[in-house]
Amino acid sequence: MPTQSSFVTPATPMRAYASTADLAISPPSHREASDRARAVASPKDLRTEPAPVRFVIIALAVTFLTVFVVLPLVVVFASAFSKGISAYFSALAEPEALSAIRLTLLVAAISVALNLVFGVIAAWAIAKFEFRGKTFLITLIDLPFSVSPVISGLVFVLLFGAQGYWGTWLQANNIHILFAVPGITLATIFVTFPFVARSLIPLMQEQGTQEEEAAISLGASGLQTFFRVTLPNIKWGLLYGVLLCNARAMGEFGAVSVVSGHIRGETNTMPLLVEILYNEYQFVASFAIASLLAMLALITLVVKTVLEQRLDEGQTPRDDPRDH
Amino acid sequence: MIRRILPLVAGLLWASSAFAADYTLLNVSYDPTRELYADFNKAFAAAYQKETGKSVEIKQSHGGSGSQARSVIDGLQADVVTLALAYDIDAIAAKGLVAPDWQKRLSLNASPYTSTIVFLVRKGNPKAIKDWDDLIKPGVQVITPNPKTSGGARWNYLAAWGFAEKKFGSADKAKKFVGDLFKNVPVLDTGARGSTVTFVERGVGDVLLAWENEAFLAQREFGKDKFEIVAPPLSILAEPPVAVVDKVADKKGTRPVAEAYLKYWYTKEGQEIAARNSYRPRDSEIAKEYEKSFAKVELFTIDDVFGGWTKAQKDHFGEGGIFDQIYKN
Amino acid sequence: MSTAVARRSSLPGFGLTMGLTLTWLSVIILIPLAGLFLKTFELSPAQFWEILTSRRTLNALKISFGLSFAAACVNLVMGTIIVWALVRYRFPGRRLFDAIVDIPFALPTAVAGVALTQLFATKGWLGAPLAELGIKVAFTPIGIFIAMVFIGIPFVVRTVQPVLIDLDPEIEEAAASLGANRWHTVFRVILPSLIPALLTGFALAFARAVGEYGSVIFIAGNLPNVSEIAPLLIVIRLSEFRYADATAIAVIMLLASFLIILVVNRLQRWAQARIPVH
Repeated sequence: MPTQSSFVTPATPMRAYASTADLAISPPSHREASDRARAVASPKDLRTEPAPVRFVIIALAVTFLTVFVVLPLVVVFASAFSKGISAYFSALAEPEALSAIRLTLLVAAISVALNLVFGVIAAWAIAKFEFRGKTFLITLIDLPFSVSPVISGLVFVLLFGAQGYWGTWLQANNIHILFAVPGITLATIFVTFPFVARSLIPLMQEQGTQEEEAAISLGASGLQTFFRVTLPNIKWGLLYGVLLCNARAMGEFGAVSVVSGHIRGETNTMPLLVEILYNEYQFVASFAIASLLAMLALITLVVKTVLEQRLDEGQTPRDDPRDH
Repeated sequence: MIRRILPLVAGLLWASSAFAADYTLLNVSYDPTRELYADFNKAFAAAYQKETGKSVEIKQSHGGSGSQARSVIDGLQADVVTLALAYDIDAIAAKGLVAPDWQKRLSLNASPYTSTIVFLVRKGNPKAIKDWDDLIKPGVQVITPNPKTSGGARWNYLAAWGFAEKKFGSADKAKKFVGDLFKNVPVLDTGARGSTVTFVERGVGDVLLAWENEAFLAQREFGKDKFEIVAPPLSILAEPPVAVVDKVADKKGTRPVAEAYLKYWYTKEGQEIAARNSYRPRDSEIAKEYEKSFAKVELFTIDDVFGGWTKAQKDHFGEGGIFDQIYKN
Repeated sequence: MSTAVARRSSLPGFGLTMGLTLTWLSVIILIPLAGLFLKTFELSPAQFWEILTSRRTLNALKISFGLSFAAACVNLVMGTIIVWALVRYRFPGRRLFDAIVDIPFALPTAVAGVALTQLFATKGWLGAPLAELGIKVAFTPIGIFIAMVFIGIPFVVRTVQPVLIDLDPEIEEAAASLGANRWHTVFRVILPSLIPALLTGFALAFARAVGEYGSVIFIAGNLPNVSEIAPLLIVIRLSEFRYADATAIAVIMLLASFLIILVVNRLQRWAQARIPVH
């Protein structure tokens, strides 16, 4: 039985990107199973369509996904390997490619780490306490989801550019933010800001505060409570947020493009190098880098699926008592 | 597989700082010079090491000339700028980063190599494009980048204008001609390289207005059996200038090496590299040696026809200038 | 409720975590965005208006918003069909197709951009047959539209999917037993209860498409007034050193983002208010 609880309180952080605010998204798997059981149980089920209609709908869905989603992915790998495997690997071993990979890993590591810490802190404040303006605060956290990446870069140019608000002072003190790693990192943090917090808030809200209160009343400190009680409960959700945050951090193009300066071998991230090589007629090299990023996307999806299963498992016993 | 991946991993772990050179220069350049500077930097680094015993590493940044100037103004730490046209360096000078007299500090308007604008057409020249007035014929698709962001595009525009003014005898008619030309432009990329990719790889358009060197490069990369270069009888002498960014070089203490870098252009070796990469060399001996590589084109200068860059920029590409008027109508 | 609040407040760390949250939010999001707004105040209202109503800006906004709307509409229809197939039917590869719905979200936009361009260029796998039919996709507004459809599809699917799964089967059974035919049940009973989720998915896909840059610029022709999207115009204005223009366009787009978020929030409240109906 679908219950009110699963709708009102967001059950899992699944597809955190789609939920700009309190939209409840419940885990599909266990209910889906019973759904299907029902649909399959009686062939004369009233809840399905005639076979031709079914066929057309499935055909439409599969064709659409194949053309729009699968083919672009296949093109990336086909183009990357179009000149053979050794061309592929020598493209990746270019110093410029290696430096782009290094920079991308560095920027992603810093952005994810910072967003991890602050995401957890924000989720604690928002999920465990009641206060006025909570919805508004969540909306602000969501904002980077719908801001154009170009604007996310532009704001930092306006602040830190030599002609920007703090530019003169920064130049005078020889501090370089724009066209250097700090600027690229800031833009990346901006676009990945909501991921961790938005993955955790629904989960922590649903788990309530009883366990933590029990720990506190037994004399545990706040930090102890967090690490011993809260963290084990939210670890899969946290990983989930980190995973999506990382995927976006490594793949960000628009925002980083505006603040990068495109210094070869220094401030080009992998997505930027894809563009540069593409413009240099080095299609194999360009698609080779692109294929690494595509692989990252695929790995992200696989891990995400695994994590969603974990989340569902953690969810079911919690849900069940309320269902009855 | 493992043997292929190992060097990758090793390369990743090897921090680039391990090869730190005595000096590092950042050369902020425009779009089509990637291959030129890859060549030139290597030669200069070797020559400099031989002469002074110091190693120098040159980093490159490429993009539309106007965008690159903007980045330098916004704080990109360029030791030298090697842009498509003098106006873009003037814009940097206006912000006090480069001395106002920069163009007098090196000979030949600080343009050690020149180029011109030619047409790249598809094999067999199916639309029979021979001269500028063929470009405004109906059904001819012309590919050129956006003059607002690309230096090469500004040279394209001015070359067309110079032709029209000479042929039709008035600025009004030239304006109409250029307007008609841009009506035939289906794509405006932000940089010259983007336009080349559009024409060559994406198969859009009948003719690409391109830097001579860019046209040769495209032909080399994709084969003479696919593209032909058509040199119009009359075109513009494009002078891409170079300058040391004083404020940055002084702060970083790289002025001597930055100056040596630019002066290297004026050596026989430097001129030879320019010629090899299909830029027209200034040195008469090298020019003679490579005479056959370049088509005979009558060249007019920007000073002759437009009264210099500042005026050309203001009249044509500034806010509300002729280019804006063309695109409003 | 009051006891709940009281109990909640017994946990430590509210002041500290809220302080850190607000600080971090201000440093990363609020101050930079405030800087953007502040910059536009350097313009007089007349100048601001002139920039926004210039032909090129208007066209770029029209292209971005218009094509995003069209793409979101396609996403709405196709998304519903995909959700229906994934939730209601069983077919070989169903789980795989369920998983790949997220690819447009996980794939970096630049990669999507070069891949779609390669695919739809006149020499590409799909571009070549389409060119035979006289349809040019790459470097035309259709290309922009295709890229926007690509990036928007997961948003509709992932917002509607859980709602369809949770839909009470008894409603359908009741409708059917009351004599409604299947067509009637689907369009009069099921789809109406999906409307809040559909609209939310639509709004999210729309918001994403309006701001999209990476996957669009490769495949768009970038021709002023024809195939130039608003985010690209911001970048071009920036290159031309026209900060005022860039920020003015950015502010308008930012306000649109705010508006969309507010609409989405409203939709969700509406969706929750409808629950007792089930």
